[in-house]
This record gives sequence, structure tokens and C-alpha cells, in this order.
Amino acid sequence: MAKHVVAAVADIPPGTRKLAQVNGRAIVVFNLGGEFFALNNRCPHRGGSLFHGKQTGLVESDGPGNYRYSRPGEIIRCPWHGWEFDVRTGQSWCDPARVRARRYAVSVQPGTQLIARPYVAETVPVTVEDDYVVVEA
Amino acid sequence: MIGALAAIDCDVHPTVPAMTALSPYLDDFWRAAVVERGINSLETVTYPPNAPLTARPQWRDKNGRAATSAAELTAQVCDRWQAGIAILNCLYGVGLLFSEDMAFAFTRALNDWVAKEWLERDPRLRASIVVPLQNTEYAVDEIERCAQDRRFVQILVLAMQEMPLGRRHFWPIYAAAERHGLPLGIHAGSTYRHSITSLGWPSYYIEDYASHTQAFQSQLASLVCEGVFAKYPGLKVVLLESGVTWLPAFLWRFSKFWRGVRAEVPWVDRSPAEIVRDHVRLTIQPFDAPAEADRVERAIDHLRSDAILLYASDFPHWQFDGDETMPAGIPPALRRKILVENPLATYDRLTL
Amino acid sequence: MNIEVRQPVHGAKDSGKARVGIFDCDIHPKSSLEDLRPYLSNRWWDYLQTYGQRQRHGYVKGFPYPKSQPLASRRDSWPPGGGLPASDLDFMRQQHLDFYGIEWGIMNPLSPTGQGEQNDELSAAMAFAANEYQLEGWNRRDPRLKASVVIPYENGEMSRAEIRKRAGDRRFAHVLFLSRTSELLGKRRYWPIFEAAVEAGFPIGVHVFGSSGRPMSNTGWPSFYVEEITEHSASLAASVTSLIVEGVFERYPELKIVLIEAGFAWIPSLGWRLDQNWKRMKDEVPHLRRAPSEYLREQFWVSTQPMEEAEEPDHVLDMMAWIGWDKILFASDYPHWDFDDPFVALPPGLSEERRNKIYSGNAKALYRLD
Repeated sequence: MAKHVVAAVADIPPGTRKLAQVNGRAIVVFNLGGEFFALNNRCPHRGGSLFHGKQTGLVESDGPGNYRYSRPGEIIRCPWHGWEFDVRTGQSWCDPARVRARRYAVSVQPGTQLIARPYVAETVPVTVEDDYVVVEA
Repeated sequence: MIGALAAIDCDVHPTVPAMTALSPYLDDFWRAAVVERGINSLETVTYPPNAPLTARPQWRDKNGRAATSAAELTAQVCDRWQAGIAILNCLYGVGLLFSEDMAFAFTRALNDWVAKEWLERDPRLRASIVVPLQNTEYAVDEIERCAQDRRFVQILVLAMQEMPLGRRHFWPIYAAAERHGLPLGIHAGSTYRHSITSLGWPSYYIEDYASHTQAFQSQLASLVCEGVFAKYPGLKVVLLESGVTWLPAFLWRFSKFWRGVRAEVPWVDRSPAEIVRDHVRLTIQPFDAPAEADRVERAIDHLRSDAILLYASDFPHWQFDGDETMPAGIPPALRRKILVENPLATYDRLTL
Repeated sequence: MNIEVRQPVHGAKDSGKARVGIFDCDIHPKSSLEDLRPYLSNRWWDYLQTYGQRQRHGYVKGFPYPKSQPLASRRDSWPPGGGLPASDLDFMRQQHLDFYGIEWGIMNPLSPTGQGEQNDELSAAMAFAANEYQLEGWNRRDPRLKASVVIPYENGEMSRAEIRKRAGDRRFAHVLFLSRTSELLGKRRYWPIFEAAVEAGFPIGVHVFGSSGRPMSNTGWPSFYVEEITEHSASLAASVTSLIVEGVFERYPELKIVLIEAGFAWIPSLGWRLDQNWKRMKDEVPHLRRAPSEYLREQFWVSTQPMEEAEEPDHVLDMMAWIGWDKILFASDYPHWDFDDPFVALPPGLSEERRNKIYSGNAKALYRLD
């Protein structure tokens, strides 16, 4: 696994997400309140693009008739069959033991520490005062 | 033949000869009302009296009825087919009545008739409490009353009701059943509140009989989705005379959709297929099976549970010929479970 | 500074599957009432503007079992240029037809079509308009998309008239019913439709949904959308039973029925149950000269979507084998959320021959495209 710069921090404001190609894989990077998480974009069910899904909250229940909504924006639902994945862990909510979306480690690196590829080579100059989102994949 | 095992027959049917058989068990008012209003029969067209399915010809008496006495029933079910215990599910049509009070009175009389004319006559007999669903307070009352007699081992409702059985309206009944360790027995049949298919009334009885599988599916979906098993984790459900082989396809579709729509019913905390395997059992007659024995075994594999099937003859309904109570193709390793262990595990009140 | 990734993300090159052209038996193009206007009389256009459609479930817009996603569609199927899912042909080509190599697809429009409308005449007027627009607005622009003959199915004679208008027109693939008819499909009131379809050489496609006005199940109304979608297959089983037992296939041996979006794993058990009871009660139905399962085997086809997902995938193959490898037709259900991606939907373990039959061979034979 290697580290790849996928975006500047400023490109992914809190509450948004970004789709990136890393090593031939599509990866979706989320910003949850300043923390970054990345999942393999391909839904483990039938391959829908998680990036195109709905970011929503977690729905739990204390019992029949009770809907408890928490963690807004921390669940990504596949745009196809609606499967729910925890953005933080990749864990599915319909079969937590067996199904998960593949997670990637994400860190924010100051510009001075970066190896300048592939992002920088394509379009963007590196500036030392910017922070960058780096995915290990 | 079953052989030396003392099997438990989980679905046999006592026949009420006429409404007058219940009269001794009615109070003065209702006894008089039966006569004054000419209420002679509550037989339903779910089993037209002379239809082949309703009874084998050789079991019918001179009036064309079968299973009209405990002696006759036990001779076949217990002596010939060697069941050590048989559970009576009385299908007399008290569930179709609209008046709550009449239904309550007639249902009480029916349960008393079963106790007196059947349970008293043979120690091998047990029964389900027929429940007057027309009024949930009455239903709970009747459960509390009959549960004191430990020969009542289940509560009994028909598969087609006015609303799906999972609805919260019915929950006091499940609370009572769970409290007493009585499974909810759902039997093929209808209260005729709606057309017997969701697309209207069929022309032929063969279609009628096929329509029950839709009801069983809808009831399972309702019980799971409404959270009955979340609320009453001790409740067991037995599907009586359902046909069995419809179940896997239904569970696949239900579980598949649940995975994508989970947030609509978030109290359903695991796959519907798992919930059903934990809480629901099915009697084996009829067993809607392919003619080829190897396909029967494969169809049973699809159920993915050794614990789910319960032996039943469905006497006197004509579901098989001769003494072939067990469908051909059932793996030998499963036989004892179906005949004895699974019923014992399902009905807390049974002792052999 | 953006990294853009071209939609859709997993490309055709990912798949090692056979490059056979795919026949998709269930696509839902979305037209608007405005699209239908040129084909509606003033009488009915004005009626629609004033009184609107009344479709037996009570709402002007939306459904009493609200869908789990807007318009029950894939969230990525909303065209970037605007409009509703499957309303934009260019985007449909990009995302679906070209992307998967769909060689031939059947349009089963769901709205606006007037099917199940309380008023028969309005239903007939809208059916005519929906059929005209399928040709003008879709098929002419992309001949891969074949039309269905939308009919006002609650009125046999009006339906017969519409079918006769389209007889011989090879741009139409089949006659379209929704499954929730007000009576079981085998009932005599629908026989003029079967007669017309057979005369015209069209199979009949029965697609789940619609509103009959009867409760969703034969034990009343369930509470939840998940119950509604699960239980459609059971209600369709009742109509399949009715078609068989009423003797429709004795009267119309050439009639072919395609069951769309109902899944298929319930079919074998239905055949077993009917046969078992028919053996004992043949005297009730002397007009049936064959076992019910034989009619089921010969006269019915099933579409693959929503693909069955058993805990053990082999079990799905059992069901397919018991139904018959030549009776299964691929369908995507584009753009709905329970869509099946043709590259990944079929269970593993199928031979190439069987896959090709499902993808195209069976449809070619049924719809006489050889």
C-alpha cells in the first residue's frame, strides 16, 4: 500500500464527500466534522457507486414504533439498493458481522511532508501552507 | 408408518356435528338465541363438507362427516399412526361472526366442548384455545380462562383476518400467550373479511386452497415487520397446514428487501430469515412437494433448519394416501426431529 | 483542482463476462403528461387538468406506502441536465443502454398511462396516448427500445380495440398489464384481451404494482412499504393460479404470459401445490386436460429482477433449473432502486450457454426476433 494525495483539505468541506481515483480504484473520501474517512466506492452488495448515494443519519430503535435518529451524515446509503454503511467503519447495518465497505486509512498531511504524486503532477501545485488529504491504498 | 417412536401429531381436527352440540356449553340466553334465530351451523367453505380434501371417503360416517368423536380420531391418529399425543385444532367458524359478544359466547362454548368431549375422553389428546379475535379483551379473557387447563397447549387463529396479525391491535393477545408459554398457532383458513386473494374471489375451490399461502406470507411479514418478536421474544408461532415449500422463496425476497429498507422498521435487528427460523415452526401436512424424491430433499435443504418442521397428519383432511403420513424423500436423519423433538421443543406444555 | 471520475464508476472493462448483446425486458422510461398531450383529445386533456387521475389508492401524488427513495429510483439515475429518472434518452443511453450493451429493451411505462384509473374512458384515452408517445418520443429516436401495448385493462372491449390498432406493428413487444387488477386475471372479463393479444401475436407482460382498490393482502392492509413490495409476488401467484385453473390456456393455447418484477423462486412451489390438489380434485375442473404445473411450465416466462438472493446461492440455481432454463428473461428494472446490473446480477455458477439464454436467447425466441 502506498500513500496518495487525493485532495486539498479545502476541497472537501465538512459534510461533503469527494470521489477519487487511486491506483485504478475509485475511492470516496468523506469529511465528517473535520475528520476524514475513505471507503472503496464500490458497494460490496452489487457494485453501486457509494459516492452517488445518500449521506444520512443512523436510524436505531428502542423497540417497535420508536425511531431514534443520530449521527447525521455519518451513514452512506448505496444509491441502488439502499444498503447502509457506517462512514467511519465501513460496517453495514443490515449484516454487520459479514458485510462491510472496504475502508482506507486517511490522514491529513501538511504540504511540506508530501511526496508529490499523482495529484500534483496532474493539475495542482503544492504549496507548503496547504493541508492535503492523503489516502493509503 | 411411524414405527416405535411416540410421535406428536401437531394438527388434527375435531368436527362439530351441529350447533346443538355446543348448546350444553352456552348460557340460557345464547342457548335460546341459537334456537330462536335458527343458527344451525358454523361450517365454513374453507372445507366444503363433501369436498375430497375435507375428509377421506373411508373416514366419513353415514352423514358424510369424519372425526366426529375422540374415539374415532384417536383410533386413526394415535393407534394406527402411533402418535403418543395429538393436538386438536378446531376450525368451526366462530371466527367469522361479526358480533363480538356472540363470538365470545360461542367460542367459549367451543373450547368447553373440546375439553369435555375430547380432552376428557382420551389422555393422549391436547388442544389449541380458539381465540375470539373480534375483541382483544375477550380474546385475552378466553386465553386466561383456558390456560388454566394445561391440556390446552397453544392459541389458535385463522390465517386470513381483517387486518394482518402483526398489528399492535392484537398485542395484548400475544402478551397473554407469551406469559403462559402458549405458541400462536395460525391455521389455514379465513374469517372472510376480505376476498380470499388480494385480487378478488377465485372461481374454483382448487384456487381457494392455493390462496392460503398468500395469507401465511403476509402474516409472517406482518409479525416480523411490526416487531412482535422484538416485543415478545418468548413468543413462538406455528403455521398449521401451510404447505411448507413456499417458505424459502418468501424469506429470500423478504430478507433482500429488508436489507435495503431497514430504516423503515429499525426494531427488526437481524435478517427476517433468522427471525423466522428462531420463532416460527411449520407442520408438514400438506407438504407441497415435487414428485421426485430427490427434489424433496433439496427443497428441505432450502429451509436451512432442522428444527423448523413439526409432524402432523392433518386428520381428517385428505393430504396423503394410505399410511404415508411422512412425505416421501424426508431424510431419515430428520425423522425423529420432526416426529418428536421439534414438537417437544415448540410446545412447552407437552410431556410424553 | 478536482479529480473528476466519469460516471458510472465500474466500467464495462471490469467485467470478464460474455459480450453477448443484452435483451432487457423491463425498462421504465418516464414521460410527462405534456408529452402525451398531442395524442389526447381536448376533452381528456381538459379533464386531466381539472379532475386529474384517480388511481384507487387515494392520493393525487405519491403513495400511501411511500417509497424508500424518491420515485423509487436509483439515486444516481437523476439526469445531470435535469428531469426525472429515465426521462432523458441521452442520459439513459449513457448510463444504461450503451453502458451495458443493451441490444434490445422493452419499455414498460408505469406513468402516466392511465392503467388502473377509475374511469375506463380516460384510461383508454391515456393508453392510446402512452402508446403513441412510446413510438414517437422513444422508439423512433432509439429503435433498441421496444414499446408495450398499454391497455385500459379493466375494460376488455376498449383494451381489445387498442391491441387491434397495434397488431402487426413490430415496434411493440407485448401487451402490458399491472398485476393488481380488480379481479383475478383468469376471470372472463379479461378474456377479450387475451383473445386480441393472441390474434395480434403479442405475449402479455404482467408487471407488479398498480392499485386494485382491494387490500394489499388477503388478510388486510399491511403497515409498511417493505411488506408491500415483499407481498407482490404472492398476489401475482393468485393471478397465475387463476389463469391456469380457469382454463384460459385451453381456450387460448397460444397465449404467453411474462411475469415481470415478481421474482421467480415462488414458481416451483406453486406448481407443486396446484398439482397435488388437482390430482385429488380433478372433478372440479374437467376443462383442464393437463396438470397445472404443465401450463405453468409451458405458458409462462419469468424475468430475473429482482434477482433472488438466497443465503446459499446454489439454491437460486435450483429454482432456475426447476422453472426451466429456457423460461428466464433478463430484466434490469432501470431506473428503479432495486435495479439489477446485468454484469453482476446473475448468480455465479451458470454455464455460458445458460447465461446467454437468459441475457438474450430466451427473449429472442419468445418475442420472435430470430
